Amino acid sequence: MAMLTFERKYRVRGGTLVGGDLFDFWIGPFWIGFFGITTAFFTFIGVGLILMGASIQGTFNPWLINIPPPDLAYGLRLAPMREGGLWQAITVCAIGAFVSWALRQAEISRKLGMGYHIPIAYGVAVFAYITLVVFRPILMGAWGHGFPYGIWSHLDWVSNVGYQHLHFHYNPAHMIAVTFFFTTVLALSMHGGLVLSALNPPKGEPVKTAEHENTYFRDLIGYSIGTLGIHRLGLFLALSAGFWSAVCIVISGPFWTRGWPEWWGWWLNMPIWK
Amino acid sequence: MRFSTQVLLGLAALVCTVVIVLTFERPPVRTTQIGYRGVAMEDVANPRTLAVRVAANRLPAVPEAADTDGPKASETFENVQVLGELSVAQFGRIMQAMTEWIAPAQGCTYCHNPENMASDEIYTKVVSRRMLQMTRRINTDWTAHVGQVGVTCYTCHRGQPVPAEVWATAVLPHSGLQAQRGQNHPAPVANDSSLPGDPFTPFLLQANEIRVISNSSLPGRNPANVMQAEWTYSLMMSMSEGLGVNCTHCHNSRSFGNWETSPPARLTAWHGIRMVRDLNTAYITPLQPLWAANPRGPADGPHGARLGPGGDALKINCATCHQGANRPFYGAPMLEGYPELRLISAGPARAASAE
Repeated sequence: MAMLTFERKYRVRGGTLVGGDLFDFWIGPFWIGFFGITTAFFTFIGVGLILMGASIQGTFNPWLINIPPPDLAYGLRLAPMREGGLWQAITVCAIGAFVSWALRQAEISRKLGMGYHIPIAYGVAVFAYITLVVFRPILMGAWGHGFPYGIWSHLDWVSNVGYQHLHFHYNPAHMIAVTFFFTTVLALSMHGGLVLSALNPPKGEPVKTAEHENTYFRDLIGYSIGTLGIHRLGLFLALSAGFWSAVCIVISGPFWTRGWPEWWGWWLNMPIWK
Repeated sequence: MRFSTQVLLGLAALVCTVVIVLTFERPPVRTTQIGYRGVAMEDVANPRTLAVRVAANRLPAVPEAADTDGPKASETFENVQVLGELSVAQFGRIMQAMTEWIAPAQGCTYCHNPENMASDEIYTKVVSRRMLQMTRRINTDWTAHVGQVGVTCYTCHRGQPVPAEVWATAVLPHSGLQAQRGQNHPAPVANDSSLPGDPFTPFLLQANEIRVISNSSLPGRNPANVMQAEWTYSLMMSMSEGLGVNCTHCHNSRSFGNWETSPPARLTAWHGIRMVRDLNTAYITPLQPLWAANPRGPADGPHGARLGPGGDALKINCATCHQGANRPFYGAPMLEGYPELRLISAGPARAASAE
C-alpha cells in the first residue's frame, strides 16, 4: 500500500512499552505494536460474545440486543454463562480492549515525542466505564449492579438508578458533571464559531489572525484565554465532565441510599438561617 | 501564591472535607432486586439505619385470648353501639388493648367519665366509636390493600392519642411580593425538594387525576402539563418516603404509567391511594366538628393541636400507617391476635355526638 505524503514523518521506530521491536511494524497505514494485538484480541472475543448473547436472546436488532449482568443473588461470584456470565466475560474483554488502546496511545505518544495528553484524556473515559461496571458493583456487593450492554436496555438502567434516589437532579456531583458538560459545549461552540469566523472573512478581506480572535473576546466578555489556553480549558472541561459523571454514579448507592433532595439537609439546617 | 490565598484555599478544602465526611453514608449497603436483572429496579437501604427502623417498628405483645362464651357486651353494658357482639371478656380485653394502643398515659379516662362509663360526654369516646368503624371498613372492604394482615388502632396510633404522621391542608401566606403557589420551598413531605408542599389535598382528599404521562409521542394530545406533573411527583415522593422505598419499588421508570412493566406492589399502592381517600372523606373529615369543639384535645389533656392551621381535621396519608416501612411493622400480622376487631358493627351510631 502506498504511503501518504506525511506518513514517512511518523514512521519512527521505538517508543514501545512492551515487546521491544517484535511488534513494532505497520500493516498498511496501521501501526501494530503489542497493545494493538491485545486490543484486536479482546475486541474480537468481546464482539463475538455479544453476537453469541444476541443469538441466545433471539434478536439481532441492534436497538434491542441486551446483555444484562447477573442477578444480585450471585453477589461478586461468577455467574453461569446464560445468566450473566456472558456479561462478566464481555466486561473483561471490554476493559482489556480499552486499556490496551490507552496503552497503545501511550506508545504512539512516546514514538512521536508528544506528551501523554491523549492517553490520559481517553483514560478518563475508560475510568468512568470501569467505575460503573467494576468499582460501584464491588462497593455495593454484586456484579448485578453493573449496567446492561444494550442500546435501549442501558437507558432503562440509567433511568431506574436515577429514580432509586427519587430525584437525581439533586445529586451534587451530577450537578457539577452536568455543568461541566454544558460548559464544554458552550466553550466548544464559541471556539468553533470564532475560528470559523476568523478563517472565513468577507470577500476581499484577508484571513484574520489570533490577535483578531483575542480582540473579539476581549470586546465581548473582557477576557481572552488565548489560542493555546482554549485547548487546555476545553480538555479540562471535557475531562471534568466525565470524571464528575463517574463520581455522581459511584456515590449513588454506596455512599447515599436515600433520595438525593434529602442529602441537602445539611445546607437547609445551617445554623445561620435554620 | 500569596499566603492569604493559601489560607483561604486550605479553609475551603477543610469545609468541603467536613461536609463530605459528615453528610454521606458508607458501604456496605443492602439491595433487593425487584425487576429483571440489569434493569436496576432495586430497593436500596443502609443496613445500619434500617436496623434502627426495624427496631422502632415492633408490635406489642398480644394479650391472652379472651373467652368468647357468656353474655354479650350489649346485654351487660349500656350504650354499647359498635362492640355489642363481643363477649364481656372480649369487650374488656379490647378496651384494655385500646387503652394501651392510644392513651397509655391517660388510661380509661381519656375517653370515659369514670363515674359513668356509658356516657358519651367526652368527645373522644365518640371519635373512638367512629374510628372502630373505620378499622372495620379497612379490614373488610379494603383487603385489596391490607390483605389478611389487617390493621388495628396501633397501626397508626402507636401509643399516642394523635398519630405522629398526619397532615392538614397547607395555608399559604398572603404576604410578600410574589403570590405563593405552595412550592419552590423545601418540602418535607417531598424529600425536601422544591416540589409542591401539600400534594395530599388534591389527591388524598380530592380525587384529582394523578396520571399525567402522555400516551402519544406527539404534543397536544395530553391535557396535563408540567406543573401538574410536579404535583404528582410530589405525591409519589411522599409515598416513597412514607414507605421507605424508592420509585422503582412500584415503577419501571422507562414508562411510569405502564402496568405491564410495573411490579405488583404498584397495584397494592393504587388501592391504597383510593383507600386513604375513602377514609379521609368518609371517616376523618365528618368528625371535624368534634375536634373544632375541642381544638386542643379533651379537658384533661393531653393538650395538642387537633386541627390543621386552616381549621380542617388532621388526616391520613401513607406514612400514617406505614411510618417508613414498606409494609407496616414490616408485614407482621397486626389483626391476627385481635378477633374482637372483626366483630365491630357497621350500623350508624345513635345520636352520639348530640349528648
